[in-house]
Amino acid sequence: MKSALALALALCPVFVHGQGEYPRVRQGLALQFPRDHGSHPQFRSEWWYITGWLTAAGGKELGVQITFFRNRPRLAEDVASRFAPRQLLFAHAALADPSAGKLLHDQRAARAGFGLAQAQEGRTEVAIEDWSLKQIDSGYAAEVAARDFRYSLRFEAKQAVLLQGERGFSRKGPDPAQASYYYSLPHLAVTGSVAVGGRELEVSGEAWLDHEWSSEALAEDSVGWDWIGINLADGGALMAFRVRSGDGSGFWAGGTLRGADGRVRTFKPGEVRFEPLSRWRSPRTGTEYPVSVRVQAGALTLEIEPLMEDQELDARASTGTVYWEGAVRARAGEKEAGRGYLELTGYWKPLKL
Amino acid sequence: MSRHAVRRSLLLAPLAQHKGRLALSVLAIALGVALGYAVQLINQAAINEFAAAVQTLSGEADLAVRGSRAGFDESLYPRIARLPEVAVASPVLEVEARLPGRREPLRILGLDLFRAARIQPFLSAGDWGERLDFLRPDRIFLSAAASESLGLKKGDALSVQVGLRVRSLQVAGVLGEARRQRFAIIDIGAAQVIFQRPGLLNRIDLRLRPGADAERLAERLRAEMPPGTLIERPDADIERSGALSRAYRVNLNVLALVALFTGGLLVFSAQALAVVRRRAQLALLRVLGMTRRELVAMLLAEAAIVGAMGALAGIALGHAGAAFVLQRFGAELGGGYFRGLAPSPVLDWPALALFLSLGILAAVLGSLAPALEAAGAVPAPALKAGDEERALRRLQPVRPGIAVLLAGAALTQAGPVSGLPLFGYGAIALLLIGTVMLMPRIAVLGFRVAPLLGPVPARIGLAQLRGAPGQAGVSLAAIVASVSLMVSMAIMVASFRQSLDEWLERVLPADLYVRAGPGSDTAFLSPADQQTIATLPGVRRAEFLRSQRLLVAPDRPPLTLLARAVEAEGRVPPLLGSAHALKAGEPPAAWVSEVASDLYGWRPGAVIEIPLGGRRARFTVAGIWRDYARQQGAVLIERYEYLRHTGDAYADDAALWLAPGADAASVTSEIQARVAGAANLEIAGPGEIREVSLKIFDRTFAVTYALEAVAVVIGLFGLSSSFGALVLSRRREFGVLRHLGMTRRQIGSMLAAQGLLVSALGLAVGLTLGWVISLVLIHVVNRHSFHWGMELHLPWRLLAEFVAVMLVLATFTAIASGRQAMSGEAVRAVKEDW
Repeated sequence: MKSALALALALCPVFVHGQGEYPRVRQGLALQFPRDHGSHPQFRSEWWYITGWLTAAGGKELGVQITFFRNRPRLAEDVASRFAPRQLLFAHAALADPSAGKLLHDQRAARAGFGLAQAQEGRTEVAIEDWSLKQIDSGYAAEVAARDFRYSLRFEAKQAVLLQGERGFSRKGPDPAQASYYYSLPHLAVTGSVAVGGRELEVSGEAWLDHEWSSEALAEDSVGWDWIGINLADGGALMAFRVRSGDGSGFWAGGTLRGADGRVRTFKPGEVRFEPLSRWRSPRTGTEYPVSVRVQAGALTLEIEPLMEDQELDARASTGTVYWEGAVRARAGEKEAGRGYLELTGYWKPLKL
Repeated sequence: MSRHAVRRSLLLAPLAQHKGRLALSVLAIALGVALGYAVQLINQAAINEFAAAVQTLSGEADLAVRGSRAGFDESLYPRIARLPEVAVASPVLEVEARLPGRREPLRILGLDLFRAARIQPFLSAGDWGERLDFLRPDRIFLSAAASESLGLKKGDALSVQVGLRVRSLQVAGVLGEARRQRFAIIDIGAAQVIFQRPGLLNRIDLRLRPGADAERLAERLRAEMPPGTLIERPDADIERSGALSRAYRVNLNVLALVALFTGGLLVFSAQALAVVRRRAQLALLRVLGMTRRELVAMLLAEAAIVGAMGALAGIALGHAGAAFVLQRFGAELGGGYFRGLAPSPVLDWPALALFLSLGILAAVLGSLAPALEAAGAVPAPALKAGDEERALRRLQPVRPGIAVLLAGAALTQAGPVSGLPLFGYGAIALLLIGTVMLMPRIAVLGFRVAPLLGPVPARIGLAQLRGAPGQAGVSLAAIVASVSLMVSMAIMVASFRQSLDEWLERVLPADLYVRAGPGSDTAFLSPADQQTIATLPGVRRAEFLRSQRLLVAPDRPPLTLLARAVEAEGRVPPLLGSAHALKAGEPPAAWVSEVASDLYGWRPGAVIEIPLGGRRARFTVAGIWRDYARQQGAVLIERYEYLRHTGDAYADDAALWLAPGADAASVTSEIQARVAGAANLEIAGPGEIREVSLKIFDRTFAVTYALEAVAVVIGLFGLSSSFGALVLSRRREFGVLRHLGMTRRQIGSMLAAQGLLVSALGLAVGLTLGWVISLVLIHVVNRHSFHWGMELHLPWRLLAEFVAVMLVLATFTAIASGRQAMSGEAVRAVKEDW
């Protein structure tokens, strides 16, 4: 009995890392699946991020985003109550419908507990009340009932997990501690239904999933980042990001390209460049975003154009931030090279994780 | 001079001529209106404020699940939150926290901010601090009002008493949006730990999905809720709190109306005499072509002007008074229902219009009978002098008066109307009106039986009253009304106070009382504290009391459950009526207070159900006892029964019986030395508690005393005004008497004798009527309003003093009024006649 207790204590991450300590993200630690699909509650923050392009039966094109965030605030770890806010969960859901003219979005925030909000360990299963994202069969299912829209989508994995950075260890700054564990699942085949504007649409399309967790990903002087995840038309996938410093210049960057043949290339900071092509100013917050950019990753150059300009997401009521997260087309010269999402953070106010 | 100009001067001239009397009438009406309007404003302000507080704190909630203060198990929360109709369920743990060194507890809401912000908009609005700080268990956020009243700002420490210990919390911010309500918010997890309520909630606010039917959901859920838990619209709390103070409020308003009534009576007496005095003048107007209708309209318009002046002054006075009271004392009015609110009066147009018209109406009604009388006079004889007494004869109806009295007596037998003693008030009004109607006749009879004795001036005085009793009858009506109202209130309050005093003596049998923190629900004596206290040297016996508030019926404020050792220690409270001896197999005993018995219909022998520990516990009513302390009713049960049902071993109070030889002072210092946190205990002997309780009683009845004083003042005004008028209208007679050789002194004695006679008669009738009305107040109005029984106690000394003062004042008033008559214008006074 005693030894069983000791074993349980040894395995319990809180005790391993001591009261209130966040574990560090370490290089060379191999990700293990399915375990790492699940939550890592001892780390400070974590997210599951699905972005995708959908086509409705009539040919109507929509962008869709659903994100679940988990946060360990480490403020009330030893409060002896089931309400103690040891783990917080947030969710953002958005629908980019060009005919609506602006991004439709909604958000949820909750403390984990009581079976009303939780992030499971061992497999992807996160939920806040009636919003959920979970692993089923060989893919994922998402249910979202937002203020202006509702969707019920399935995502079928057609390709293997893409480990970002060095086998899942993704550096975000010059200090090796500034890093996250990060993998993606590009080219998810989407089917399901979207209800918006009083109509129920059958949709299909292609999506991208990111799962990333860390304890101190951003450097002190960073203000935010630009990120793209593009499902290339030839079956390849490109992820590229840059972390910006206060003066607007990139001070860290990275990316991964998986070719149609399955070969993976990881880019060093000097190999990735983001160059603004046109800007859009939000009439609501006054924030200016470079919604069209030229991205260079190694030899590949893509011009990124938004599905629509207004894809600003105001999440002040949950994560306390405002950012631009939009469906984009990627062009190489004249031809469309792929579709995906562009994320622009820290343009409203410096982003704090 | 045009016809209109004549009329205008005839209308306004008498008003201008008798400035003194006019001022008195205006003042009387003003006081009545001011009191009524002020009471209305203060109550409205309190209710508005309470409603605003409820609305701020419940936000956009469609329904609220409400438990008793003790709370319900938190497992109800996920069950409710998962219901398909529910969009947001926000769990709340709310406490009235005791703050060491402060009298007022602070309402602290334990919230899950993520959920609460979706229901209470004020939580997501404004920049009130770092939201993450809310999750820290040692931080608290204050409302702007709380921050101001506690004098604490961001970064300061707030001390909260839990049990007997003090916890210090850091003020992390001030909520700017909730400006007026005094409260604080804290994370719900921290609240459960800090206030030692593990796993408990006492409220869940619900916002429903669009289209969900709140009523049907509430109906469906009611069946599943644990006992003592309500599902209701958030504003049900407003209604309940309105009901809580309604009887008190209505009683205050009725008292204000009484003042107004007395004012109207004063106008009546003044106007009746003025009409008599102006009889020749009015007859002249008739002769000159004014119709009866026009004459009545003119006289009523005069009264209306007086009424309007008084009412306007009263509104202004009432508003100022309300503002002063609210600023100085808060919205309490002595009822104790609206603690912690500091509102300001808002112009209340309907109430303003109501009291304005009531003021005018009182004056117009007061002058209606004299006006009709004047219009009914035949002009020719009225033009001559000496017709006054004939006019007043018509004001002596007998049968109608007796009929009204009988109707009043009959009304005392009717029950309350939706918790209000409306028929009781009706009975008092009828008794008063009936007596006033009979007063001229009583005057005739009274002066007829009074013996014709003593020196000549006194005999002349009485003979004069016998000859012309009508004029005295009118002034008597004013005296009787104000005296009877004053006397009845004095008897009622004295009876209540005496009953309370005797009750306090019975319920405080111990030598020393120790209280953890009255009025709050975070202060208590832990089992260890109880053990320490019980085993102190010098303590022979310690009795611990736990009290809880329970929701028994959804439409009633919670009643109080008291748990202490009862039968084993021979501490069954003194019972009203017979005790029910428990038979084998009956549920355990409960002793219910008179109020609870009245409100819930619980009689000895009945089996009642009380929500205890989340279940319905059954008890047998073993007896009914009197309890003046808990107005919403109380149930006393054995403490072991309470423990068995709830497992709650805390206590709120301890009563200590000292060992022979031990004294209270040394035991008090023992407690302070041995009990941790004893500095936060209130320790008092029964004498002290009695004193404090009576002080609270007196404060509660402060408004009543104020109204009583006003009634006396109005009564004296009435006396002096009617006597003045009486004497003035008899100036001719005094002139003749002076011509016949009477000295001024003798006329003064005659007037003094008359003053004495009239006021003695008025006081006699007023005292009798007052006594009858006090019986109605005690046995009907109070019983129906507050469900408190009490014994009749006549404050003999107070009444004797009152009678003596009134007699002296009446005599003095009569002489003073007579001074004018004796001012040497005997010749002119006689001349006036011809």
